Amino acid sequence: MTTMTDPPQESFRLSMLLNDTRYRSYTFQFIALIVLISSIAFLMSNLFSNLAAAGLNISYQFLGSPAGYDINQTLVEYTSQSTNARAALVGILNTLLVAFLACVTATVFGVIAGVLRLSNNWLVSKLMSFYVEIFRNIPVLIWIIIIFTIMIAVLPGPRAFRGDDPAASMVLNAVAFTNRGVYIPAPVWGPGSLVVVATFILSVIGVFAYRRYATNLLYATGRLLPMGWPSLAILFVPTLLVYFIMGMPIGLDYPALKGFNFSGGIKVGGPLIALWFALSIYTGAFIAENVRAGIQAISKGQSEAAGALGLRPGRIMNLVVLPQALRVIIPPLISQYLNITKNSSLAIAVGYADVTATLGGITLNQTGRAIECVLLLMLFYLTISLSISAIMNVYNNSVKLKER
Amino acid sequence: MSNTHAAFVRTEQVPPSPPPANAAGPVKWAKDNLFSTPFYSVLTIVALYVIYLILGNTLPWILNGVWGTSSLAECREVLDGVSAGCFSVLTERWNQLLFGFKYPADQYWRPALTFLLFFAAAAPVLFYKLPRKLLLFTAIFPFLAYYLIWGGTILTPILALVGTVVGYLVYQRLVSGSFAAGFFGGIAAAFVVWIIGGMLVPDNANEGAMLQAVPSRDLGGFMLNMMLGVACVSLSVPLGIALALGRQSDMPLIKWICVIFIEFIRGVPLITLLFVASVMLAYFFPPGTTTDLFLRVVIMITMFSAAYIAEVIRGGLAALPRGQYEAADSLGLDYPQAMRLIILPQALKISIPGIVNVAVGLFKDTTLVSVISMFDLLGMIRGPILASTEWNGVYWELLGFAALLFFVVCYGISQYSQWLERQLATDHR
Repeated sequence: MTTMTDPPQESFRLSMLLNDTRYRSYTFQFIALIVLISSIAFLMSNLFSNLAAAGLNISYQFLGSPAGYDINQTLVEYTSQSTNARAALVGILNTLLVAFLACVTATVFGVIAGVLRLSNNWLVSKLMSFYVEIFRNIPVLIWIIIIFTIMIAVLPGPRAFRGDDPAASMVLNAVAFTNRGVYIPAPVWGPGSLVVVATFILSVIGVFAYRRYATNLLYATGRLLPMGWPSLAILFVPTLLVYFIMGMPIGLDYPALKGFNFSGGIKVGGPLIALWFALSIYTGAFIAENVRAGIQAISKGQSEAAGALGLRPGRIMNLVVLPQALRVIIPPLISQYLNITKNSSLAIAVGYADVTATLGGITLNQTGRAIECVLLLMLFYLTISLSISAIMNVYNNSVKLKER
Repeated sequence: MSNTHAAFVRTEQVPPSPPPANAAGPVKWAKDNLFSTPFYSVLTIVALYVIYLILGNTLPWILNGVWGTSSLAECREVLDGVSAGCFSVLTERWNQLLFGFKYPADQYWRPALTFLLFFAAAAPVLFYKLPRKLLLFTAIFPFLAYYLIWGGTILTPILALVGTVVGYLVYQRLVSGSFAAGFFGGIAAAFVVWIIGGMLVPDNANEGAMLQAVPSRDLGGFMLNMMLGVACVSLSVPLGIALALGRQSDMPLIKWICVIFIEFIRGVPLITLLFVASVMLAYFFPPGTTTDLFLRVVIMITMFSAAYIAEVIRGGLAALPRGQYEAADSLGLDYPQAMRLIILPQALKISIPGIVNVAVGLFKDTTLVSVISMFDLLGMIRGPILASTEWNGVYWELLGFAALLFFVVCYGISQYSQWLERQLATDHR
């Protein structure tokens, strides 16, 4: 009779570190750790001996000292006597501003182009694929410079608006396109304007409440309430009423030509427009491809089945195709938004004061604190990127197919 | 039978009559594709108007262009008030646009020859049906290209080549025993040859060399874009594969090194990495050594694109069915064998479109070096050419030329990748 016994427990031998797959990974990791530590030590010792040779040290004191340069487009109060940290903050806000604006317009361009590229209209779909190919295959830096050149070389100077028979005129008497920037009317908040704004916010909430009520009513009783015109009415009628009752508290300050330049209104600088528009049309081309791929990923059977149930084309799109397509479209869309944020660092090429141009440009050059500035710059972009990808992961988990 | 009573019986086939004019030919096509609904009709008319606007403004400008003048003022005289392009800036500054403004003028044949040889070297990689022997030229090409572009003593590229060959021979010898031994042994052997060889090359070897030595800071123009693009893509593919495999690894330390590297690089814009290359990287080299900006930029761009390529390849690895890994294990293959023979060939095939996308993006991003004052094509246009007294104000011709050049290259690459995808499609769809 045979007995089953465990194989004899092999005692650990040193050669097993090389020959036994169970232990070999420890050897490799140990070697990797040594290589990593020694290369970091090598780089750091180089860094410190180089810094010592140049008489430098790592210090962030410069952030508190006056910046000493002007920034022409700021969202918060800033003078040349403000600190370098303040200048960096101005840059960060400018980066976020242009990234936000470009994300919105790029989405609009991309969705329109992506949907039209799938249309049955031969001419329009060819035109849209032409747009996508042209803009995807030419570097965004060239687009930024081309649009910036249009801004400064083609648009008229403020003096062209002067005289009885001016060479240039303002659009609708409100918007002036000049080579120094675009002047748009600025809202003026009079007394009582808070009430109007509050009414508007309440109306927006009211629209959502009405739509939810109508949907619930539809599901409960099958009665279909009209959606379109009541929503519009709820949105605008109370606000307009309050606006006139309060005596039109919100006015517009139109830009006007005073002397050699425009005054009044809001000045949107040429670099901002160039960067905004170039990032929008460039990334719009990529988003168009994502949208097209997302819609094409939904099998034709889905829309045919919806049609067989008797849904109208608009409802097929809204209730059947889009919810499924969005699951495919949103992740690449978010990474395009990330690309916009990162590409907005090209602002330095046209002189828009984003964080790369203030902290990584002028501050770096004036203080000579290269290592500190570049590290802070990287830290900022890393924070943005990692937080957006964290949000994206949460979203992906919430919309992914629930399989049982 | 009763048929005889019929007054008329047709005995021959009636010739088919053509379809009505509105159901065939261009009219039907236009009706189906352009004017099928009122909304589409409006769209078509709007699109036609847009096309008319674009062509109506640009075509005369291009067709009436002036080609033979030597300055903008002269060009304006020839044009005499007509709005048209001064394309003579392209012919007059052609060499500067391609080679930069410091490359010795009598040596232009060297980069031009390198450019032609590049196609010969790339052909066997791009078209796998060509004879495999041609890959030998591809292997020699980097050394040849280095010698042609930088010139100087021929000893440097030859030593580099000898080191590589020795490393390859050692690898061949040892790889049958263990892949790791072959791989690291080959690298070590190559380094030994390079270090010993480096001591043998005299310091003044560049003097009296057959090809005049050209320092890296004299490179420029579209040549610089091409060099950065080709060098960084070809260096970053192996690095990207290594990073992707490292990220999939079971060893936690190696996995986390790769994850941190990839996420860090992907989280920052390329321009900050270029700042690192231009102002920070020099601090990390041993004191007393000088590395030229070109090399530092190549290092940073390679790391940048390697992180993106690693993510693409990781997608390819994840897309492979689990069974492929298990099949390799059950055949008794060890990790390097399984990767080289079973996993990577399939994963790389899946990743080709993504890798090409990264390559196209990288090639477009080489224009960013103009921000750190390297004179690539865009840097040449914005710097020396637009600032010169002769051509101050010739924006559209130059920017349009740059756009056209990049479009041709990038569109060509993406068309190639689509062709390759069709060629490699082995599934039965």
